[in-house]
Amino acid sequence: MKLTLKVWRQAGPKDKGQFETYQLDNASLDMTFLELMDALNEKLIAEGKDPVAFEHDCREGICGSCAMMVNGRPHGPGQEITTCQLNMKAFKDGETITVEPWRTNSFPVIKDLVVDRSSFEKIMEAGGFVNVEVGSAVDSNTYKVSKARADEAFDAAACIGCGACVAACKNSSAMLFVAAKVSQYALLPQGKTEGVQRAWNMLAKMDELGFGSCSNTGSCEAECPKGVSLSHIARLNREFIKAGFRKAGAEKL
Amino acid sequence: MAKLDAKIPNGPLAQKWTNHKNSLKLVSPANKKKMDIIMVGTGVAGAAAAASLGQMGYNVKVFCFQDSPRRAHSVAAQGGINATKNYRNDNDSVYRLFYDMIKGGDFRAREANVYRAAEVSSSIIDQLTAQGVPFAREYGGNLTTRSFGGVQVSRTFYAQGQTGQQVLLGSYSALKRQAAKGSVTMYERRQMLEIVTIDGKARGIICRNLVTGEMERHSAHAVVMATGGYGTIYFLSTLAVNSSGEAAYAAYKKGAFFANPSFIQIHPSCIPQLNEYQSKLTLMSESLRNDGRVWAPKAQGDKRKPNEIPVEERDYYLERRYPAFGNLVPRDIASRAAKERCDAGYGVGETGYAVYLDFSDAIKKQGKKVIENKYGNLFDLYEKITGESPYKMPMKIYPAGHYTMGGLWVDYNLMTTIPGLYAIGEANFSDHGANRLGASALMQGSGDGYFVLPITINDYLADEIQTPKISTDLPEFHDAENEAKARIEKLMNINGKTSPLAFHKKLGKIMWDRAGMARNAEGLKKGIEEINQLEDEFYKDLNITGSTDSMNQTLERALRVAASFEIARLIIYDALNRNESCGAHFREEYQTQDGEALRNDEEFSYVSVWEYQGNQKMPNLHKEDLVFEEVKVQQRSYK
Ligand SMILES: Cc1cc2nc3c(=O)[nH]c(=O)nc-3n(C[C@H](O)[C@H](O)[C@H](O)COP(=O)(O)OP(=O)(O)OC[C@H]3O[C@@H](n4cnc5c(N)ncnc54)[C@H](O)[C@@H]3O)c2cc1C
Ligand code: SF4
Ligand code: FES
Repeated sequence: MKLTLKVWRQAGPKDKGQFETYQLDNASLDMTFLELMDALNEKLIAEGKDPVAFEHDCREGICGSCAMMVNGRPHGPGQEITTCQLNMKAFKDGETITVEPWRTNSFPVIKDLVVDRSSFEKIMEAGGFVNVEVGSAVDSNTYKVSKARADEAFDAAACIGCGACVAACKNSSAMLFVAAKVSQYALLPQGKTEGVQRAWNMLAKMDELGFGSCSNTGSCEAECPKGVSLSHIARLNREFIKAGFRKAGAEKL
Repeated sequence: MAKLDAKIPNGPLAQKWTNHKNSLKLVSPANKKKMDIIMVGTGVAGAAAAASLGQMGYNVKVFCFQDSPRRAHSVAAQGGINATKNYRNDNDSVYRLFYDMIKGGDFRAREANVYRAAEVSSSIIDQLTAQGVPFAREYGGNLTTRSFGGVQVSRTFYAQGQTGQQVLLGSYSALKRQAAKGSVTMYERRQMLEIVTIDGKARGIICRNLVTGEMERHSAHAVVMATGGYGTIYFLSTLAVNSSGEAAYAAYKKGAFFANPSFIQIHPSCIPQLNEYQSKLTLMSESLRNDGRVWAPKAQGDKRKPNEIPVEERDYYLERRYPAFGNLVPRDIASRAAKERCDAGYGVGETGYAVYLDFSDAIKKQGKKVIENKYGNLFDLYEKITGESPYKMPMKIYPAGHYTMGGLWVDYNLMTTIPGLYAIGEANFSDHGANRLGASALMQGSGDGYFVLPITINDYLADEIQTPKISTDLPEFHDAENEAKARIEKLMNINGKTSPLAFHKKLGKIMWDRAGMARNAEGLKKGIEEINQLEDEFYKDLNITGSTDSMNQTLERALRVAASFEIARLIIYDALNRNESCGAHFREEYQTQDGEALRNDEEFSYVSVWEYQGNQKMPNLHKEDLVFEEVKVQQRSYK
């Protein structure tokens, strides 16, 4: 398989960056997209050039490291897959493939395709946890959670923190990421108590970090590799309305 | 041999941990605030430990090479986590889990540590549930369990096929909570290169900032290695591709002894290699063997499609050889049995190096819906990679490198032979002997992190309360930094032609062929020569493009490969020394007539503990004799 790769190259955060074009003659249909990037890098190293920096680790769609716009779509063509799960069968011989980093101000480029997603860490620190001390837990079966609810909480918890939702959104909103966490905990008795405050804190942090607001276009859901559903945003909105009331109340106290 | 005091408490096994806890020193809250702890690693072990120590009031500095602690390799664990809750009244108990682990580990683990791991297991599930981990539930709302290989009770808790993700995210959330409180400071995108010791005690680390390329010095009163395993030594393995034994090697080189390096688990059910570009192998969880039946054709070289082979012409070889455990035999046994079939010419698939894992009977009996509920996401994962649906066609599987039972030697307090240097999780050697039972790594890592290290480390730190903050201007920091810099310079200046990836692939092949599922003395000796040769070539022909003063992933990889040569040799020395077959370590010279492992308790009932003597030099062997006070050592049988 012969391919042309148009890859975004940017030496550092301050560099302007530009596309470079590379030809690859030895691509194969059973490769994954990251194995193709490996092959490109091996070729560049052999030519004495700086290989393309990109993030990856588990290579099975669970760590959330890999993050590329492939032909203009986060994680490339295909449904509910990460870039590392993207198979070369999705492309045609002779095709030109464009590869870019996530493009959003909240994830500045570090080098080539590697972006800084520490803003997600800050959102998590703002409230992405249950306030429980190690050692103070009660027996797990003290909490009864219906199977349906537990499954729904799991679906929300399946988020891998990749950032595709932000990259897909025209407003660069992190709503799906935030909603997934808020909803997971709101669905479980362990997390429900603080649900309102959590929603408030995480959303405030999201705004503060410059993520846009959600206008319900649904492109996040369409590109999310883990199929995290928009219904979690609806649940977050409900929590947030409560948060609004509570906050107003708290200020009066 | 004063250095090898395992500090196993006296008294009956079931009381050891309680008695020990009561005898350990404490550190007052006011003193904790003045003390620093470095945690290298944010997998299930490191994240849990850092969160716990932060909560207790220590200042914890946490390091990982990923951009977020949530991406640590633990995130990929699939099948589950064990605990002795006995929710099913199937007569499970702490003793039974302990016994299963000791037996599963082929009587090569330390009794006291294993018992403690079983003892704290229930609290882990409670802790994680309280943190919002959505473990699978029954319709009635209670937690559910499943059974896992090598045992006869149902004690494995799970969250679909993504248990590692959920367990890690639970601990990660606790870590974030402490980070928000300021007790934990995060240092992501750092590659730890050196351990700094002062007057023989671990006092800090040197790491490279992977964004700026700068060398950094970090000091603390104690240092914890939660850096995971070294299974990527085979290049292709089920591990995340950036996992390595680099950090453990840095500790070993500084004087921490390394235990049982050759005990490496080869997991029986992985998707076979599809092509030469492949960068990793994908695991198909062991839980699948609860309902899947393993078979190979009865005829050699049978090229028919699996559905076209009638039942009478299929060899359900695990059920045939091990009627008591059948498809649920431990991993080492299942792996070797697959290798035996394929080597003898009964394998399937294009290369003949695969066997079938078949769900058709289970689907017939239980219905597609039930099977989908249990394994849906694993089936999808398999289909994404191979293009075949396990609902219609049996999976093709083959063994692959998966988990390292060996690791840094630690005493009962989880301290290495360097005072103040601890090792937890997969990075230590302590609980799995020569073979690990499924769903016990998340358990051991989380147990070490939440309930063991945060208790034992106080005993050491109680004697350090007079030690002020450690300055990073001390000459020891200076020297260690220079050492790391010199190593990098050396690699950068080779200016050869071959990439670190290419070297890693070659090393992986040597290790798989010489020290993989089956080993023999001759092959192992050749292996050493081959590794030395490859290492020499590496230092002549390595090519790292780019610079050191910014992100350079080729350099990162080169540093990991450089560390792997010594670990590879260590594995081989250990495998050569151990003239017996036990657990995952199978020496072809030592087997019974029907091909089962032949253990030699007279001569090898010990932990082999290696002390570094210099690169390409034979390390010194120390022995920790294994004393079994509680269990009767038996030949392991699953027949
Ligand atoms: C595919 C797969 C499935 C598995 N399924 C199960 C299962 O179902 N049940 C089970 O119990 N076990 C399972 N295991 C095993 C289990 O996942 C691991 O043993 C366990 O997660 C290891 O956790 P850890 O905390 O010790 O280390 P890891 O999770 O490996 O974390 C290592 C950490 O150390 C850091 N680190 C390493 N080196 C450096 C360095 N030089 N500088 C800075 N940081 C460094 C990394 O950044 C990372 O944060 C599975 C393993 C695999 C591969
Ligand atoms: S919600 Fe989906 S797209 Fe967004 S970070 Fe999570 S997994 Fe990625
Ligand atoms: S590399 Fe882990 S999700 Fe792609």
